[in-house]
Order: sequence, then C-alpha cells, then structure tokens
Amino acid sequence: MSDALDAAGPQAAWIARLWWISLWLCVAVFIGVMGALCWALWRSHRTAAAGGDAPARKDRALRILVGCATLLSSVLLVGLLEVSVLTDRALARLPGKDAVAIHVIAHQWWWEMVYQDPRADHVFSTANELVIPVGRPVVVTLEADDVIHSFWVPNLHGKKDLIPGRTSTIAFRADRPGRFVGRCAEFCGVQHAFMAYDVVAMPPDGYAAWVQHERSAAPEPQAAAAMRGRELFLTGSCMLCHAVQGTSAQGRRGPDLTHFASRAHIGAGSVANTPEALARWIEDPQKLKPGANMPSHFLPPADLAALVAYLETLT
Amino acid sequence: MSFACPRTCVVAGLAALVSALPGCEREARRFDPVPIAPDARSRADALTSFAAGPPGRGMTERAAAGGYDERNAYVLAQGKRYYRWFNCTGCHAQGGGGSGPPLMDAGWIYGKTPGDVFTTIMDGRPNGMPAFRGRIPEEQAWQIAAYVRSLSGLVPDDAAPNRDDSLLGAPPENLREPARPEDKR
Repeated sequence: MSDALDAAGPQAAWIARLWWISLWLCVAVFIGVMGALCWALWRSHRTAAAGGDAPARKDRALRILVGCATLLSSVLLVGLLEVSVLTDRALARLPGKDAVAIHVIAHQWWWEMVYQDPRADHVFSTANELVIPVGRPVVVTLEADDVIHSFWVPNLHGKKDLIPGRTSTIAFRADRPGRFVGRCAEFCGVQHAFMAYDVVAMPPDGYAAWVQHERSAAPEPQAAAAMRGRELFLTGSCMLCHAVQGTSAQGRRGPDLTHFASRAHIGAGSVANTPEALARWIEDPQKLKPGANMPSHFLPPADLAALVAYLETLT
Repeated sequence: MSFACPRTCVVAGLAALVSALPGCEREARRFDPVPIAPDARSRADALTSFAAGPPGRGMTERAAAGGYDERNAYVLAQGKRYYRWFNCTGCHAQGGGGSGPPLMDAGWIYGKTPGDVFTTIMDGRPNGMPAFRGRIPEEQAWQIAAYVRSLSGLVPDDAAPNRDDSLLGAPPENLREPARPEDKR
C-alpha cells in the first residue's frame, strides 16, 4: 500500500510530521475562528435586542483584540514557514555513505530500473520493481524517455519530476522491511493511472541474495513446451523489444524479462503476475491496458501456451 | 444598460458555443486491432519483382483493417515512434538515407502507395531491405508506412507529427511540402 502517513524512512517521517503539525495547527485556528464568529453573531444579536449602539469603550477593546489576532496569525504563519524550511533542510541531509545507486528511466507507461555498479558485468536492469536494502541510503537518478513523469513512493519520500533531457536525483532510506507502491505522479498520457511499481525493502542479506540472483542470466528451459516457447520468443516479434540475458534477445524498448517470473505484477501494476493473466496480456495487452505500446499477438493456442511456459521459467 | 447586458451575454454565449464546436470531433484512437489473415499477395511477390507493380487486390481493404489512416495524428505519431524503435533509422536515418535510400525525397523505387510501403517493410526488397513479417505486427507496420509517407509530405499536415521526443534533427514532418522530383538526390 502507499500511505504517506505510514512512514518507512526518515524522510517520509519528516514529511508526515510537517503534515500533522499543519493539520493540528489549522484545526486549532479553524476552531478559534469559528468560535470568534459565533461569539460575534451572538453579541451583535444581543446588542440589537438591547436597542442601542455599542459604546465607544467597547470599540477600543475590540481593536486591541483584532490587533492581537492579526499578530497571532502572523506568528503562526511564520512558524509554519519555519517548520517547512527546517523539514526541507532535513530532507536534503540524508547521509550518503554506502549508498545504493539506481538509475530509473520512465517510459510511457512503465519504469526501467538499472542497478549501477562500477563493474560493467554487475549492472543489471529490471522493470516496475524497485528492490532496496533496509538501513542503507538509496540514490536514484531519474530520467524520462518521452514526456514528463514523476517518481513518488509516499512511504519513503515526496515526489520528484522526471523531465526529458534532464537528469535529476532523489535520495531516501527505508528503515523497516516492507512492500510499498510507487506511482507516476504527473499526468503522462492515457495509461498514466497504470504506471505503478512495487517497492520492496529487504533486510541486507536478503537484498544481497536478490542482487546476486538478478545478475545471473536466465536459466535454460528444461521442459519441451518451454523450449518451444523460447524458440518462439527468439524468432518472433518479442525479441524486437524485450531482452532476456543469456539469449540473443537484446531489445531495449520494452522491459528486460530476464527474471520476469519473480515480479509481482504485469504491465506496471495492471494485473497480478499469474500464468492466466500473462496469456491474456500477450494475446491482447490492449484489453488490459488500452494504448500500451505493446501490440496484440493473436497466436495459435499451443504457441501461446508454450510462450507462457517459457516466460514462467524466467524466475 | 439594462437592454445591452442581455444582448452582450447572448453574443458572448454564442461566440463561446461556436468556438467550442471544433471540440466536438475527437480523434479516434483504435487500440483493439482486428486480427487479419496472412497476406498471400505480398508474400508471393516478395523478393521476386524489382518493380513495385500495381498494388495488389484487396490492399486498400487490408490497410483499413490494419488501422491505416494517414489523417489520424495518433497513427502517424505511433509510426514515428516505431520507426525509431525498430531501427529504421539505422539505414534510412531520419529520412535522409544512409546505407538505405532516402525517404524524404520524391524517389520511390518500389512505389509510394501505402500498400507498396507496407509490402516493402513486411517482405523486404533486394539489396538489403530486410523482411519484418512475423516480427513487426501488421497494424504497427501500417502505422510505420503512414509515417514513412509523411517524411516526404504525402500526408495531410494537420495530422503529421510536429515535435520530436528527442532533439530536432530535421524540419517537423507537418511543415514539409510534398517532395518534388527535381529534389531527388
């Protein structure tokens, strides 16, 4: 779930604190203003009933009261300003030691995550899934492929826009393990609503194992159906856009499918990743996500089943 | 004043209505293609004829079934995207040509009708144009064909793309006049 008030890291906690402070302050001011309004109504009603103008002496008291209220408002507003400046400063001061570097590229309508490493053969790419270690800062560099998108994981940090032709950076840390949802927060076209990604915060050893696994090439299919599926994948249109490491499929327009079966969702949060949903997705993505850039493939049922069998081996 | 105000309101209202009229037509986007049976004609003459010949029978109907519509901005924009994604640029550049012939001039070795361009993409041509049948889905090939025609100004300019996702390399497609034979390289 994504919930900005359920902070999983120091920065979301700062933002949530600022939100609560603003909320309670505004509630108090609202109650105060409404109380004053009710009192004024009641008072004017009583004065009118007594049939006379308010004495000049009361006028002076009123002036002092209004002056105090104005002063109090200014103090509260400046206080809010100060709190938000302090929050902003705290957000920018995340210790960057031992940070995980991830490059995120937003496409219409999916997310590409490239895990950086000084060693070129340790760099790997995944899609619509951001796996991060608990307790270590994560520095995400952001880039947009086509139009403006926005990166937002409410449980971890605020939003950051991705603007074509410009690289921006966002840094955050998760302090407890959990599954969160990140979303595109800037309208980017017909399928903006289905442009989500799973954020999984793992304990350090689990994360290290995951990274090790992601770096490996796709396993060789064993069953006959899966082998036929791979043949279809490599000779048909799949490999024009998709890559599977360890095979000749190196397309870069769609998500890297090397460890596709280990992901929770298909189509950037459109449907859960089950074999049935996958078959529907391959056959006609336009039914599940109209406007998506993956075309429909009306394959013979046996071929479709073989392709699904192959993709399910990509754990 | 009491008389002028309602009349002003009526005029303003009418003007607003008239200016809202163009909004009534919303461009259609077809997301659910009709499955099309494999095309016998283009397969038969693939790689055999050096001249384009007359467009095969039924090619117009095929184009309609495949979603070919060169007056539709969405179709052209998708075609432009696929043109880049499927590496047409590798040989034809942004239309100026490279190891493949230029596409923004008036020279058409294998014909310029949508059916001809489609056949060229799907079945390839001698001397290097690969066949993309079975790789590029048919409706995408029709979209690419529409975009290829826009490169030399053969499509209505209110539908042709007017901006690039990347840095602009050439004048936008919607500003191009139809290419003239004397411009041929």
